[in-house]
Amino acid sequence: MPMSETFEPEIIAFVCTYCTYAGADLAGTSRLKYAPNVRIIRLPCTGRISPMFILKALQKGADGVLISGCHPGDCHFTHGNYHARRRWMVFRALLDFIGIPPERVKYSWISAAEGVKFAEFINSVTEDIRKLGPFEQYSQLIEQTQAPASL
Amino acid sequence: MAKIGVFICHCGENIGAKVDCTKLAAAMGEHPGVAVSVEYKYFCSDPGQESVKRAIRDNNLTGVVVAACSPRMHEATFRKACAEAGLNPYLCEIANIREQCSWVHTDSDQATEKAMDITRSMVEKVKRNNKLQPIEVPVTRRALVIGGGIAGIQAALDIANAGQEVVLVEREPTLGGHMAQLSETFPTLDCSQCIMTPRMVEAAQHPKIRLLTYAEIESVDGYIGNFSVRVRMKSRYVDIDKCTGCGDCITKCPAKKISSEFDCGLGKRTAIYTPFAQSVPNIPVIDKANCIYFKNGKCKICAKTCQCDAINFDMEDTFEDLEIGAIVVATGFQVQNNTMYGEYGYGKYPDVINGLQFERLASASGPTAGKILRPSDGVEPQTVVFIQCAGSRDPSKGVRYCSKICCMYTAKHAMLYSHKVHGGKTHIFYMDIRAAGKGYDEFSRRAIEDDEAAYLRGRVSKVWQENGKLMVRGVDTLLGRPVEIAADMVVLATAIIAQPDAKEFAKTIGIGYDEYGFYNEAHLKLRPVESSTAGVFLAGACQSPKDIPDSVAQASATASKVLALFSKDMLEREPVVATNNEATCAGCWGCVLACPYNAIEQKDILDRSGKVIKRVASVNPGLCQGCGTCVTFCRSNSLDLAGFTEKQIFAEVMGL
Repeated sequence: MPMSETFEPEIIAFVCTYCTYAGADLAGTSRLKYAPNVRIIRLPCTGRISPMFILKALQKGADGVLISGCHPGDCHFTHGNYHARRRWMVFRALLDFIGIPPERVKYSWISAAEGVKFAEFINSVTEDIRKLGPFEQYSQLIEQTQAPASL
Repeated sequence: MAKIGVFICHCGENIGAKVDCTKLAAAMGEHPGVAVSVEYKYFCSDPGQESVKRAIRDNNLTGVVVAACSPRMHEATFRKACAEAGLNPYLCEIANIREQCSWVHTDSDQATEKAMDITRSMVEKVKRNNKLQPIEVPVTRRALVIGGGIAGIQAALDIANAGQEVVLVEREPTLGGHMAQLSETFPTLDCSQCIMTPRMVEAAQHPKIRLLTYAEIESVDGYIGNFSVRVRMKSRYVDIDKCTGCGDCITKCPAKKISSEFDCGLGKRTAIYTPFAQSVPNIPVIDKANCIYFKNGKCKICAKTCQCDAINFDMEDTFEDLEIGAIVVATGFQVQNNTMYGEYGYGKYPDVINGLQFERLASASGPTAGKILRPSDGVEPQTVVFIQCAGSRDPSKGVRYCSKICCMYTAKHAMLYSHKVHGGKTHIFYMDIRAAGKGYDEFSRRAIEDDEAAYLRGRVSKVWQENGKLMVRGVDTLLGRPVEIAADMVVLATAIIAQPDAKEFAKTIGIGYDEYGFYNEAHLKLRPVESSTAGVFLAGACQSPKDIPDSVAQASATASKVLALFSKDMLEREPVVATNNEATCAGCWGCVLACPYNAIEQKDILDRSGKVIKRVASVNPGLCQGCGTCVTFCRSNSLDLAGFTEKQIFAEVMGL
């Protein structure tokens, strides 16, 4: 890639339907503008987000992954987001161990009322991942060990 | 072999102007497994839905992806259309290319590329969707109405009059809410108490309504049709069954100088009190913080006075557990404290009051028995200045939104004042007069034309005291010059804000709220009285500032929603529930720990002789709410979540 061209990272987001997905919808209905690099995958709750999803996204070629759900205490399912947070605390250390820079995976709380926060978060994550550059380390690994089997 | 239909909606120009739908349709048509890929201006319209149905029938489609607005908007619409065409509705998915694509991106190429990714991902998901059947759960035909203001009372009466049971919970000692505090109401100027108190009595005496006052919601569990609610009955220190409401205790109570909340600090009350003379129920409570006995251990004059032995100083909070089918939240609002506006002098000068305090002054049940007398010296003010938008529409110090009722009540205040103080002068500083509503503009014109309210378009910069007058300096922007008025009283049209504990309470019942603490409706236009939680409905000013007619209309709307719910024996619920593969389940019970709903039980697998050979987890689909936390917890990958299976999500990721 020539140096003059800005790198457009591919980012995959796993969000819960009650808070962050609704917040993303609010950003839309408010006609806020943000970077087009993020693809959202909707789940009922952040508690449903398996670490395997994150790995799958990186395996697919994502340069960054983000996870977002309801604020602590606000979970529609009372405490799915606490499970997600605990899981993330453990998984983050594991990511580091297996050689994936943890700064490629972002975690956030965005409520259904926070359309502005959603748009700002997407912009800041896109910028952060852009600075980190493409996740070549992983694609090289994939190349060396064959492409992932399709489903 | 998958035969997926992709239907790309232009949504007029909402999507079509940004996303190249023709290109998108062509690209999706090339995608493996896609049998039909078409675009149309409005797929949600009747011909649009018909074309989807026709495509399903003509091509024997095995799945449908509608690339359109958010699934929160039209998922139900298209799933219904699919069902009508004979396709299992859960084989239909929505690709959100409006709220999360065309509306938020500026570059057309980038938006088109993103729309392709989103749609392709959904196609890959829908290929792996399973046919699902809705889950049936029983419904408890008893409604809980939280809040005994006009909205709560209306909702409770409407539900009860239709023959269903209602529990009406109010945290204050009496029903009535803010409406009971008002003097006259716009635009008819009929007395608030006269229309309110009969409804309070009706609610209290209704055979289908169980009234719990001085009670608060402690916890809410369960789900639509089957909530378990715990109510804390705060100790009144007065036995509600023994008390006759004679009021002797109130007359004799020696602690008489307590600022009355009901009179907004303008009047006084005793330590044992009813908020106002027409309270329902007419049973006093003891204010523990101000009671001489509770403070010093001596007094008990009320107990000695009471001829029914109704006073009990040892009373403790008790709890009521209720089985409830539907909840109406009507918790109302508060007025903002205006002390953040130092320039208006609220809290500093006693004659600068807020709108609600003016209501108490103008009310026949108020501290001045309806005479407009200024709080500092009890003299009738000859010049009154009203300042509108004191807090509303002010992003810097107040709130960004319009409080909706202030223009009207200020016009009403000016009228009431001029009716009561002949020759009195009123000046109203305003930003805009927002008098939209039946008879509203005519009403505000009447204030100007008949009652000579002087409207000045502009803001006030400072209020100060000088020679016994309140000097108000502002600007008249229409004449383009500064104004200075020597007033006797200043009334601030204070912003309406959410209850201070609104957010905490939302967490208790599990509903959403906006940045201000007002409760979120499921859809602003199409589902305005439903919360995002099924079976919980919203009425009155807890959702946004609103006037009495709107609150009543919304309350009746919630009642009709509740009654629709109660019209069925069984409710249909989304079949998004966890399922367990008993063959691989190791019985570690991690899922049992993870489940917030106690929906996972242990199940014995027996052999033919009845011997237990294995113990596995079993999901009760009636209790499961479908969060999927257990699925992620499962160490043996035995659990999965219908509608969001591992396969589906991995396919979505790989489809991007």
